[in-house]
Amino acid sequence: MVPLSYYLVLSGFLFACGVAGFLIKRNIITIFMSIELMLNGVNLSFVAFAAHWHVLAGQVFVFFVMVVAAAEAAVGLAIIIAVYRTRETLNVDQVNLLKL
Amino acid sequence: MALPIWLFILASVIKSAIVLFVLLTAVAYTVWLERKVVGHMQNRWGPTRVGPFGLLQPAADGIKFLFKEDLTPPHVYKPLFIAAPLIAVVFALTSISVIPFGNDVIIRGYRIPFQITDVNTGLLLILGVTSIGVYGVALAGWSSNNKYSLLGGLRASAQMVSYEISLGLSLVGVLILSGSFSLRDIVNAQGGYFWGFIPRWNIFPQFIGFFCYLMAAYAETNRIPFDLPEAETELVAGYHTEYSAMKFAMFFMAEYANMITVACVATLLFFGGWHSPFGEQAWLHAHGAPGLLVALLPVFWFAAKIFVFLFLYIWVRGTLPRFRYDQLMAFGWKFLLPLALVNLIATAIAIAW
Amino acid sequence: MVSVHLILFLAFGAVCVAGAVNLLAQTHPINSALSLIAVMAALAGEYLLLGAEFVAAVQVIVYAGAIMVLFVFTIMLLNAGVEERTKGSRVAVLFGIPGMLLGSILVGWVVLRHSGTEAVVAGALPGDPKVIGQLLFHEFLLPFEITSVLILIAIMGAVVLASKPATSPAGKVE
Repeated sequence: MVPLSYYLVLSGFLFACGVAGFLIKRNIITIFMSIELMLNGVNLSFVAFAAHWHVLAGQVFVFFVMVVAAAEAAVGLAIIIAVYRTRETLNVDQVNLLKL
Repeated sequence: MALPIWLFILASVIKSAIVLFVLLTAVAYTVWLERKVVGHMQNRWGPTRVGPFGLLQPAADGIKFLFKEDLTPPHVYKPLFIAAPLIAVVFALTSISVIPFGNDVIIRGYRIPFQITDVNTGLLLILGVTSIGVYGVALAGWSSNNKYSLLGGLRASAQMVSYEISLGLSLVGVLILSGSFSLRDIVNAQGGYFWGFIPRWNIFPQFIGFFCYLMAAYAETNRIPFDLPEAETELVAGYHTEYSAMKFAMFFMAEYANMITVACVATLLFFGGWHSPFGEQAWLHAHGAPGLLVALLPVFWFAAKIFVFLFLYIWVRGTLPRFRYDQLMAFGWKFLLPLALVNLIATAIAIAW
Repeated sequence: MVSVHLILFLAFGAVCVAGAVNLLAQTHPINSALSLIAVMAALAGEYLLLGAEFVAAVQVIVYAGAIMVLFVFTIMLLNAGVEERTKGSRVAVLFGIPGMLLGSILVGWVVLRHSGTEAVVAGALPGDPKVIGQLLFHEFLLPFEITSVLILIAIMGAVVLASKPATSPAGKVE
């Protein structure tokens, strides 16, 4: 039997890796993927609590998180493509002026 | 009686080995069937020299692939170049694990089903495996470091992702009628007859769903009329331009294994799986026929229906021209998706009535 | 007492941790994308251990099979290359990694120290599709409808943002 805290520690570690990736990476697509990693960590935490408290609403909430992640990924990647078209770079350090 | 754990594992290993062997042989002989049937449709013989009726041609092809030079071009991205055909083949062969081939068979008091594993959400597993199989194509196109491969890979994966939606939606009508995701339950819900002589197969209430499923499946497996991404006259050879010998053979095997899986799922969901239209299985069971006959007759019917589907696949391949890419995407998004939604709404209203 | 549940949890957990660390360590975005796919597949395994079979299947179909395909497409289309090491990124690594480690160790210590040791039984709460469907369409109907509108807005937004800009009349050759 696995204690609930093990699941929470794993979920926290995934979230922490997501935050670290967001801060240290310079390629905008990788930053986006770190955001997805954070969302996945949170999903694990939801499902673990749903199993712990025997409330199925936790699993239903995971759907909503996934839907929001999908919508955000679609719009975010479209924005990345638009930025790449004008700035010709994917490095966030070089997208630092409002005017081209 | 439930199986003890060691017997369960042993039975699963034996079943997996048998199914894998049968599947790989079926893949090889589907290639033979295609060459023969397309040949006869084009008023020529097809393979005739190797063995009677060319039946040893797949063996000759296998030996050829093993001995060909496996060339890895210098500028490819090696890890993904080698991994992509493996991904394609592994996930094409995985989805056979939830497909039931027949009824349960009782050996010495233990009940062993004709299925490697009966998962509660078997249909979702097949859809999931199909979704992951897209990576084989996309990564093959990208890792080849070749503009034709990249374009072919992008087009193929965009096509597969678009038609996955219609594939999933066309199956929801069947799910509403059967009430379960487990493939065995869906087949069991198709026993019996309407008005005594029409079998209760899902094709009869769900013919629109079946049409959507067929179109979406042809597009998922990249077969004519949807095979622009790998057509020889269009993009050299699309995403498998740079592959030779065994890796190319793996893509080939993956495509035909996907065809067989699609035929299996269509049989299970729309054509009653292993139930025969004549109803002799119940009669034989009641009148005490030998156990071997009762166990193998459903498998025979299942195989016959799959053969009909494969023949339909090959017949369409020999007959129709291929879609242009924009026509293909427009067909998937603007016609097939609304049609699948209409089917879903009509089925839901009919059931709720 | 080592049970099969614990072994499977540790196996899937090890894949998750390795994938997450690999995402940070790799310089080429395609490798990061593939490690993220591995993390998602291992998470689907963890969901199965917790009894959420429908959520696990949807995780594979939607997250690993569609959203990550979108990421891989973008990387392939934009021909993203290896990241360069700039001054800003070195500073970030210097402060970010130790900071993240410190924060996660702190949180982990608090959670492990102060939470109860009740165990989660494997498959305690079967999340079969029928029950989830009933919840989704009865109690959570309003969020469900709102998220469908959200997806519609996202689709329209993505199409508009990614489309090529229309050529202005001044660009026409006389």
